[in-house]
Amino acid sequence: MKKGANEVLFGLYDDEEILIKAVKQAKADHLEIMDVYTPFPVHGLDPALGLAESRLHIAGFVYGAIGCLFGFLFMTWVFTRDWPIIFGGKPYFSAPAFIPITFELTVLFSAVGMVITFYTICGMGPGIMNPTLDDRITDDKFCIAFNANDASQETLDRLKGFFSSTGASEVQTKSI
Amino acid sequence: MSATVSTIRQPLIEGGKTYHQITEDICTPTERTPSTAWVIAFLFAVTGLAVYVFCLAWTIWNGIGTWDLNRTIGWGWDITNFVWWVGIGHAGTLISAILLLFRQKWRTGVNRAAEAMTIFAVICAGQFPLIHMGRLWLAFFIFPYPNTRGPLWVNFNSPLLWDVFAISTYFTVSLLFWYTGLVPDFATIRDRAKGIRRKAYSFLAFGWTGSAKHWQRWESLSLVLAGLATPLVLSVHTIVSFDFATSIIPGWHTTIFPPYFVAGAIFSGFAMVQTLMLLTRKVLNLKQYITLEHIESMNKVILATGSIVGVAYLTELFIAWYSGYIYEQFAFYNRVLGPYWWSYVGMMACNVISPQVFWVKKFRRSIFVTFFMSIFVNIGMWFERFVIIATTLARDYLPSSWSYYTPTWVEIGLFVGTLGLFFTLYLIFSRVAPVIAIAEVKSILKSSGDQYSGPNAAKHHATQAEAH
Repeated sequence: MKKGANEVLFGLYDDEEILIKAVKQAKADHLEIMDVYTPFPVHGLDPALGLAESRLHIAGFVYGAIGCLFGFLFMTWVFTRDWPIIFGGKPYFSAPAFIPITFELTVLFSAVGMVITFYTICGMGPGIMNPTLDDRITDDKFCIAFNANDASQETLDRLKGFFSSTGASEVQTKSI
Repeated sequence: MSATVSTIRQPLIEGGKTYHQITEDICTPTERTPSTAWVIAFLFAVTGLAVYVFCLAWTIWNGIGTWDLNRTIGWGWDITNFVWWVGIGHAGTLISAILLLFRQKWRTGVNRAAEAMTIFAVICAGQFPLIHMGRLWLAFFIFPYPNTRGPLWVNFNSPLLWDVFAISTYFTVSLLFWYTGLVPDFATIRDRAKGIRRKAYSFLAFGWTGSAKHWQRWESLSLVLAGLATPLVLSVHTIVSFDFATSIIPGWHTTIFPPYFVAGAIFSGFAMVQTLMLLTRKVLNLKQYITLEHIESMNKVILATGSIVGVAYLTELFIAWYSGYIYEQFAFYNRVLGPYWWSYVGMMACNVISPQVFWVKKFRRSIFVTFFMSIFVNIGMWFERFVIIATTLARDYLPSSWSYYTPTWVEIGLFVGTLGLFFTLYLIFSRVAPVIAIAEVKSILKSSGDQYSGPNAAKHHATQAEAH
């Protein structure tokens, strides 16, 4: 989102059940929802909005696989190629003893990689200030937002009609 | 959106809360000036922290000769404290990760504070392996970094090095999991705050907006992190137990150690969660979110894990006898009846016998009994680690080397000092962050709020109807 570039028309709802009905109504009316903001994860909202399942867990698997291979191969390289040492009469390549660290690195890479990916794709991070529509969205209001850039009066009236017919408690415009 | 919940389930949120009231109740403690109780507790905690800093400086300046360790007993209070603190940390991950996978809704009331406890306990635990190296400024030698000595690598086959990886991974993953959960709640505080507080919380909230797609990814991330943290937490105490189990000392060299350590860790961790929660719910007035239902659930976990630990103690004795191996038999004879018999008695009394009171429902739901039990269990678990470490080392293979060990004031100061460090961190946390996961509690309101489910629901509906 670019700052000051978007004119947004949004409605606030008091309850998530009303919100989901409204989202379904918007889909039925072929209105293009810009985004929906809620104070907590509302179950049943994703299918109503038609959001595809997140692929974050696939990224997590890939990072984990990298960590696993890196850990195991690194220890193998150290003890068979770089500086072979005999510990307790065991072979240089003593795979069972490499397992604990391999496991820890799998978890570490997967977790750190996923968290970094999450914040990057969500456009979040330390010190980043994304514009918000209303302070009560993180409290008890559920918000449906429409893009109102260069919208004709007719479109605006239609959206406002949608909000009043679906039970929005407030309708506002804001440029973010 | 109300999911199907059995009518006999007790509600988890009392007082007929609305979403806004939840925000108010949980955010208010971070917004008002601290209460006298908090200030007094903080002064005590900071005094403890000062003791820690002093004893740490004393140890570093004079060397670990200021401890009463000797040639026979090379590990004393240092490693006892390390294992004890790591164990305490485990309950936080158990509550937040394993109970998330099992879809236990009661976790939402306590997970945030329990995860904070995990992080602070691991910070305290991490001090001891570092200090006991003696030359703290060379602690970075434990990491495999390219160096000018070859490079000479660390020994990847050593359980002590596995510990380094386990503890640092555990700390990192717990911190990420905890902070990611905190971000939406920091946004809630941000949107209520003004001026400099708003700026500070804007920084902490990472630009959270509450977008549907972000929530979806957030839930996906939480679920996978929980899935990763679950085997991780089991691996951490398993690896800690390897420090002992892979040695050749009778009394340590046993295959029962990993499950026995993990059960003990969960046991002591839940006891510490109880101690903190009972104080937090009282001081911050959150009794409607951390209900007797939560306390009873945790007491059931304490009873179960305490009994597992008890079975492990008896199994150890039986296997020592059954092995027919005289050194093993002597190690356990010595553990029970040797010079440290009093610590074995303390361990058995606090860990195995006293938690059995929780078979009685009345005691499980009593604040008073729970609080005292939570302290007992933590004393008992500290004794357990002391029994395993000091008792076993005191009587080794050569009777000429037999020895006895009592801590010096420096060692006692370090332990008391880490309690100060822990409570300082926890008290600061309870001032600046919501101690209950606001968003998660809101998400279970309609299935577990007392106006929607449980015995109060019918009454509530009746009064609502009357009011209209």
